[in-house]
Amino acid sequence: MQAFSELLEQLYYTSGTKAKAQLILQYLATTPDPDRGWAIAAMAGTLKFDFFKRNTVKKLITERVDPELFAMSYDYVGEVSETVAHLWPELAPENAPDEALPSLSEVVDTFASISKQKVAATLANYLTIMTPPQRWALLKLGTRGLRIGVSARSIKQILADYGNQDIIEIEKLWHGVAPPYTDLLEWLEGNGAKPDISNAVTFHPVMLSHPIEQSDIDNFDPEAWQIEHKFDGIRVQLVCNTTKEKPEKALFSRTGDDISHAFPDLLDSVSGNMVLDGELLVMHNQEVDTFNALQQRLNKKKPTAALMKTNPAGLIVYDALVLEGKHLTDSPLSARRQALEDWFYHNGTQDKDTPSRLHLSVRLYADSPKWLRTLHKKVCENRAVEGLMIKRSSSHYLPGRPKGQWYKWKRDPLVVDAVVMYAQRGHGKRSSFYSDYTFGAWQDEQLLPIGKAYSGFTDEELKKLDNWVRRNAIGRFGPVREVKKELVLEVAFDAVHPSKRHKSGVALRFPRIHRIRWDKPANEADSLINVKALIES
Amino acid sequence: MTAENTIHPSKWMKTDDAGLYCVPGNFYIDPMQPVETALVTHGHADHARAGHKRVFAHPQTMAIMTTRYGDDMAEEQIAVPYRESVEFDEVATTESHSDPSKEGQRKIKVTFYPAGHILGSSQLLIEYAGYRLVISGDYKRRHDPTCPPFEVVPCDVLITEATFGLPVFAHPPIEQEMQKLLHSLEVFPTRCHLVGTYALGKCQRVILALREAGYAKPIYLHGALLKLCDLYEREGIALGRIIPVSEVEDKALLAGEIVLAPPSALADRWSRSLPHVRAVLASGWMQIRARAKQRNAELPLIISDHCDWPELLQTLTEVNPSEVWVTHGREDALIYQAQKMGFKARALSLVGYDEAAQEE
Repeated sequence: MQAFSELLEQLYYTSGTKAKAQLILQYLATTPDPDRGWAIAAMAGTLKFDFFKRNTVKKLITERVDPELFAMSYDYVGEVSETVAHLWPELAPENAPDEALPSLSEVVDTFASISKQKVAATLANYLTIMTPPQRWALLKLGTRGLRIGVSARSIKQILADYGNQDIIEIEKLWHGVAPPYTDLLEWLEGNGAKPDISNAVTFHPVMLSHPIEQSDIDNFDPEAWQIEHKFDGIRVQLVCNTTKEKPEKALFSRTGDDISHAFPDLLDSVSGNMVLDGELLVMHNQEVDTFNALQQRLNKKKPTAALMKTNPAGLIVYDALVLEGKHLTDSPLSARRQALEDWFYHNGTQDKDTPSRLHLSVRLYADSPKWLRTLHKKVCENRAVEGLMIKRSSSHYLPGRPKGQWYKWKRDPLVVDAVVMYAQRGHGKRSSFYSDYTFGAWQDEQLLPIGKAYSGFTDEELKKLDNWVRRNAIGRFGPVREVKKELVLEVAFDAVHPSKRHKSGVALRFPRIHRIRWDKPANEADSLINVKALIES
Repeated sequence: MTAENTIHPSKWMKTDDAGLYCVPGNFYIDPMQPVETALVTHGHADHARAGHKRVFAHPQTMAIMTTRYGDDMAEEQIAVPYRESVEFDEVATTESHSDPSKEGQRKIKVTFYPAGHILGSSQLLIEYAGYRLVISGDYKRRHDPTCPPFEVVPCDVLITEATFGLPVFAHPPIEQEMQKLLHSLEVFPTRCHLVGTYALGKCQRVILALREAGYAKPIYLHGALLKLCDLYEREGIALGRIIPVSEVEDKALLAGEIVLAPPSALADRWSRSLPHVRAVLASGWMQIRARAKQRNAELPLIISDHCDWPELLQTLTEVNPSEVWVTHGREDALIYQAQKMGFKARALSLVGYDEAAQEE
């Protein structure tokens, strides 16, 4: 645990991907199995369970520290784990336990094996024998909240470098191997065979797109590209193998989270040996429902039969990595598309009474840049569509975000001018800065909050906003500062939905600050009526 | 004096845009704007400003102010050593008018006591109308070889700072933080350890702590720290061998050495000439990760010239006033805790003590 805590400490204060990679490489080379594998899992976010719940931590600390003082400390520090690490009472030296600090794998094994009733006491005991930095490491590890500026992608790159392999090799293996990665590390060190994952139902890293540039549109060549709708759902990967002895099916988010449990209706409807790439939506046969409708499904870990009936899940399929057991990622998109079309022709509508939940993504056509622009404008009139996807017909299915292969062309965002009403300090790197802003629109003489945004501005602008909040604060509700109703923000967002939860009756999707209107008087900001007019029908 | 002609300090200590104001004495304490009469607790720039007509301060604070702002920083400069007093005649106030025969008879007596914050730092005891009020100024309760320790002055009302007024703040011993720095020098022997320290107080305290830890090599200084180090030397505080960075012709020779600079210089172009800099920052704020990260510290050292939470509580217990007024910093938590401990406590909001600009 000491080596792990030191690694985290150093990673936290070191900036630069290269320097961080060096620290991790050194850790891998000097730390024994299985500790180092658990550390990789912690950093890459592949630990499968929480050692303890955040609530357990909160309960333990409130038994030891005045709740008011805890709340004030937390508001200042901006992070529960660090607040607890500092506030956890030290034992007087004469009462200090002579228990040794456990190793990382001992900690993992302990929490994996003890009964629920013993979790709190075990955690409390660990916290007592640890220093504040070790406590922080344990709390972050145990609640899987480690953020040390190293992405899962970087970890894979570091592992590739460690074993002198191409990162694609790691990507391919990644979802077939599990912590503490002993077999993977042995192979990377040249002491073992490459892990065999050929038969496992696993997530395959997805191919991502770049935002399109004007020059890409100008150079659009109708022969070379495949155009499709970009839908406003979530990107998923459906993995299914019912041809083997123990049939397996799974639905993964684009980051590899297993979301099968939330969509049994979709999974029950499929069979075969395939890996499909598509957009998950709520669909009434062919008809696509709003993102709001999908959101209700995403919020439920186990959907009720009633919810599955009112909000049935469907998948618009736009690519196949495996079809009828055949791997297609090395074939060009045009060939994969042909295979998909053939498959849909034979399997798409086998049964008239149970219409398929899989729908083939429609191909669109444009014969010139001008037509492409017209097409974009036209598809965006449908609010269930987010824009266009433009994919190179010759593109192989490559994990990651390869250049020049796939483009997304999103609809222009909606914007309103809103007035800042409240501000709250940020967390993490932004702790102490007032970086979260609640803004409102006018209803007669009154402002009603319509949303909250904490992105879209530069560090320089953040400093100015923070300063403005401090100078114009007029009230305090716990950590929230009320400010003078004087500053106008141009807020951009993707959509407006009706909402019963908010007094204003609207909820914005992905609100972010587009511009700060230091110049605009607050009474010229938008009215709630203007905002409601943007609700999708 | 009978109970009838006592006047509670809440009637005669006020705050306005310039700062904390004693009405019957017609003077301010650490005013933000130029005023007629200013009593200055210590030399940090957010407490000691130039341009007042008349300044009362401890002789060392006065020396710091003239070093920083020039000899003409105030028309009249009245130095008051520790445990000595000055008296002000009472000016007409609503309260004193209620008893015209008393007008002009009473005095406002102010006595200076050590605060243990930096060289010359003082607490002010104000005695008037049957009450004793202590303004702590900025203070700490730990050993600091650059100034005499904080003295417990019994009083009715204590005005305390709360810069680190949250229970998460428990500053480790300075010896431990110095070991971190010396250890880093062993691990990174070719990196120039650039330590961000405030020019007044923190810089000299870090130098002395290094000396106490047995570090005998020369310590290199950014130009902005030199004048005040000279002043400390003149005040009899020996800092050992000090070399201005500007006098080092070949900056490559600073590899593996300790260089002290104002925190702002860490991210400044100035530091680019130094070899393979390791950014070290010495401040009480370094206890909070995100704070250290925001300041781009690679090696945060938790060293503060303010009280941490246990010291604040220790002070409340020892001074044992009947009432506590809490000012600049995280007032809420200390007020809450003071009330829990049975004190009458409230916030005293002062403008201008900006957290970002605040020196320690």
